[in-house]
Amino acid sequence: MSLGFTRRGWLFGSLGSAAWAAVASAQEHAHRTAAGATAAEFKFFNESEAAEVAAIVEQILPSDDGPGAKEAGIVYFIDRALTTFDTSLQPAYRKGLSEVQDVRRKMFPESTSIASLPQDRQLELVRAIEKTEFFETVRTHTLLGFLGNPSYGGNRDKVGWKHIGFEMRMAWAPPFGYYDAEPK
Amino acid sequence: MTGPQFKPSDAVDFLVIGAGAAGGVVAKELSTAGFHVVVLEQGPYLREGDYSHDEIKYEYQPGLTNDPQVQPITYRKNENEPAKAMKAIEYGRQVGGGSVHFTANYWRFHESDFHERSLFGDVPGSSFADWPITYADLEPWYTKAEYDLGISGLAGANPFEAPRSKPYPLPPMPVKSSGALFDRGAKKLGLHPFPAPVAILSQPYQGRPACVHCGFCESFGCEMRAKSSTLVSVIPVAEQTGRCEIRPNSYVRQIVTDPRGRATGAFYFDARRREVFQHAKAVVLCANGVESAKLLLLSKLANSSGLVGKNLMWDNGSFATALFEHPLNEYKSIQVTRLIHDHYRADPKRGFYGGGGIDARFQFYPASFALYGLPPDAPRWGAEYKKMLGEYFTRSMSLLAHSTSLPMERNTVTLDPDVKDAWGLPAVRITHDHHPDDIATMKWLLEREYELFDAMGAKKVWAEPVEAFDTNRHLMGTCRMGLDPKRSVVNQYSQSHDVRNLFVVDGSNFVTSARQQPTATIQALAYRAADYMGRAAKSGELG
Repeated sequence: MSLGFTRRGWLFGSLGSAAWAAVASAQEHAHRTAAGATAAEFKFFNESEAAEVAAIVEQILPSDDGPGAKEAGIVYFIDRALTTFDTSLQPAYRKGLSEVQDVRRKMFPESTSIASLPQDRQLELVRAIEKTEFFETVRTHTLLGFLGNPSYGGNRDKVGWKHIGFEMRMAWAPPFGYYDAEPK
Repeated sequence: MTGPQFKPSDAVDFLVIGAGAAGGVVAKELSTAGFHVVVLEQGPYLREGDYSHDEIKYEYQPGLTNDPQVQPITYRKNENEPAKAMKAIEYGRQVGGGSVHFTANYWRFHESDFHERSLFGDVPGSSFADWPITYADLEPWYTKAEYDLGISGLAGANPFEAPRSKPYPLPPMPVKSSGALFDRGAKKLGLHPFPAPVAILSQPYQGRPACVHCGFCESFGCEMRAKSSTLVSVIPVAEQTGRCEIRPNSYVRQIVTDPRGRATGAFYFDARRREVFQHAKAVVLCANGVESAKLLLLSKLANSSGLVGKNLMWDNGSFATALFEHPLNEYKSIQVTRLIHDHYRADPKRGFYGGGGIDARFQFYPASFALYGLPPDAPRWGAEYKKMLGEYFTRSMSLLAHSTSLPMERNTVTLDPDVKDAWGLPAVRITHDHHPDDIATMKWLLEREYELFDAMGAKKVWAEPVEAFDTNRHLMGTCRMGLDPKRSVVNQYSQSHDVRNLFVVDGSNFVTSARQQPTATIQALAYRAADYMGRAAKSGELG
């Protein structure tokens, strides 16, 4: 089996805490949300927290040469995660956000929020926190939201999958790639 | 669930604990031989319709494996350290066990694996020993397993393979780009690549359809029933006899013996956590190399040797990834289509004991790739990181060397004195540290992987440094097989030396680790043991 992934990947698993029921409920909720015509409501974040988290995740996956965290709906994905399968991480978000605000006030005393900082200063701020446990958690959630199943509320219009060249299908036939299609 | 229902008060002929790779085989063999069988499985009974291609559910969540929130595990390197809670071991936890979510690599042992201690000599600091059986003893049962379960492969393609009485029942799976590149590079180095033997159907077989190359094998259950788990192969046959009941959500806490020292059944918690006692004339423990040892320790049984839980071996290997010029699209089809056994044999000239097989594989589903798939020197976020995700995902592949793990008595499964699971039972405590030769082997194999990638024309190659690690999925060695009751837990038929009508059949029987990929050998042992159980029961030897 997969040793390389095992070693690093189980850290991946260690963030997850909920039972399958919660996952099912997250999916159902996300399906309903995705089906609705109006903007999704947040269950965990208030509006300003959501804007602050959005500013951070949009630095992790910027919308430079194509859809990023913003278009994928990452902040909605994280809100769902924190109210369904990762409820145990709620305190980490509240505490982490407040610590990032402390860093922001130190770096940019005149500023009022992360979201209102100019792009280059947001980038500087994220660089300043990139070694923290909170950033690691946000990064994990951002990538899960970008490349996980769209049924969880992220990866909208499969923008993450399209970006990396992945296509979800139930069946494929050979040749699968360039090198197995080459004549022997 | 199509089988019969037995009453707990009915003393069934055999009570099987664990419906995984071994338990499914034992249940089928005994029920088709005419015995009444109840199988207690701690996990749920899921069907192909319950599975999906959902990485968040099956990789981020415990998915088809044990959940440490419910069944905590503690780990320490040695007995002087405090044990800390972490998912140090992982196993399949549903009807079908690990055969449901495994990669499906299906390697027979080599002849030398059974007497490698005699061939190589002693390895200081280990309990390296020969098996009490030979390859020839097991060969008919490997063949039976391959035909019963449905294994795809190409006989004779691996020049190092042991003699086989029959070819594989199914031709090999079509090669992927990783396999095509590997073929080319390995041959350039004078090595002998061959099509991977896998428990996945390349053609329709026994009423099940062929694989459709969806790409979701490891960690996932197969929605097509094309992965030859016991769930879709032998367990339905067992149920159709009308003599085998699979009882899911049944978590055993103790095997009980009578004053004569014969097993009489087991206490378990049912789905509503009510305690039930199932009576039986014989008990077969197939709960995996960690859970079987735990249950014997909890039951204070079969341990006159003091070896129950000792000699736990580890899921060793080294892992490298590389980038190529054109898209490989490794996310399509099964994980592994080519491998080599050129480095399998241990060679004293290397200066250490050990060897391994190297396979070419797809390793990272999309989110896992973003989290762990890029080179260690790549940025971890931002515009450049995002650009690399777009370039690397379809153009990369991995090599995984599966390597030896020496048995050592200090590496153990014990009962944690402080931590309890959700049922109030002691948590499993794992104590494990690597033998220096195992680390040397992994380092040596990583160098071979770099050579292979170079010969394959990789643009960039990267790997994590080889070091001791604390997670394990191939659970082997804790109820060692042997002829001497003082130096082993079970005999050559997986029968307890101490309790005549108690059998332990799973990875715990392994005397050595071979080169990982234990499932084929676990199942061959299960067929052989079940044959013996049936004969012994009929002749009254278990009474």
